[in-house]
Amino acid sequence: MLTAEDKKLIQQIWGKLGGAEEEVGADALNRMFHAYPPTKTYFPHFDLSPGSDQIRGHGKKVVAALTTAIKNMDNLSQALSELSNLHAYNLRVDPPCFSLQFLSQCLQVSLATRLGKDYSPEVHSAVDKFMSAVASVLAEKYR
Amino acid sequence: MVHWSAEEKQLITSVWAKVNVEECGAEALARLLLVYPWTQRFFSDFGNLSSPTAIIGNPKVRAHGKKVLTSFGEAIKNLDNLKGTYSKLSELHCDKLHVDPENFRLLGDILVIVLVSHLGRDFTPVCQSAWQKLVGVVAHALAHKYH
Repeated sequence: MLTAEDKKLIQQIWGKLGGAEEEVGADALNRMFHAYPPTKTYFPHFDLSPGSDQIRGHGKKVVAALTTAIKNMDNLSQALSELSNLHAYNLRVDPPCFSLQFLSQCLQVSLATRLGKDYSPEVHSAVDKFMSAVASVLAEKYR
Repeated sequence: MVHWSAEEKQLITSVWAKVNVEECGAEALARLLLVYPWTQRFFSDFGNLSSPTAIIGNPKVRAHGKKVLTSFGEAIKNLDNLKGTYSKLSELHCDKLHVDPENFRLLGDILVIVLVSHLGRDFTPVCQSAWQKLVGVVAHALAHKYH
């Protein structure tokens, strides 16, 4: 589970992005579509070319949700409740334990390109745990 | 057999040329033990793994990390015959070491992140794509002889 230290590291690292959060979101999605083509199947209605407005817009949404989650790490279940419903009943993305692994990996790569050595093993561990916790919450209502 | 485009091969080898095998190997293995602590079960004779500092500084972790990544280098020289290249290692990991192949996937993802933290934005989406494919295929080759 997320320790106090993990939470602190995550808040710090998110703070270091200094306004680049949206860029990180778009970059992460772009990387995910490239490296894991099956994830594109959930976006047949999108223009998926790099830099597309839709990818930027969706990246911004994803990052906003993660920012909310980071502000409410002590109560992820409640904070992400709406999104949990959406993923379970409307979007029905293959249970987040799979898809979020891909998004988690790409988000971490995106963070690491910007943060370099600051993406230390401890930060890496904290972010990985956090994304895993987010995935669990999003999968709560699936069945 | 896996098909590699000329571009993929070029992306893989050009990144590999920049890799310090000893450093990156040590870092990748240390991160595996840290981020996924249950993997420490395979290294009970490695001594002190009790904290991030202990893991990162542990000489056995460093040495073994180097060994693992050196073997990766062999894979890169033999992209067209990964199953053959890893045949013996696959048997070893199954019969003697008893490692769940899921762990190969975890290490592969970690290796990608280690490379990224060293290369920054040079590790483009196209580059990442080639490397995720590589680590996936290596993991598959290592699992191939499991029974």
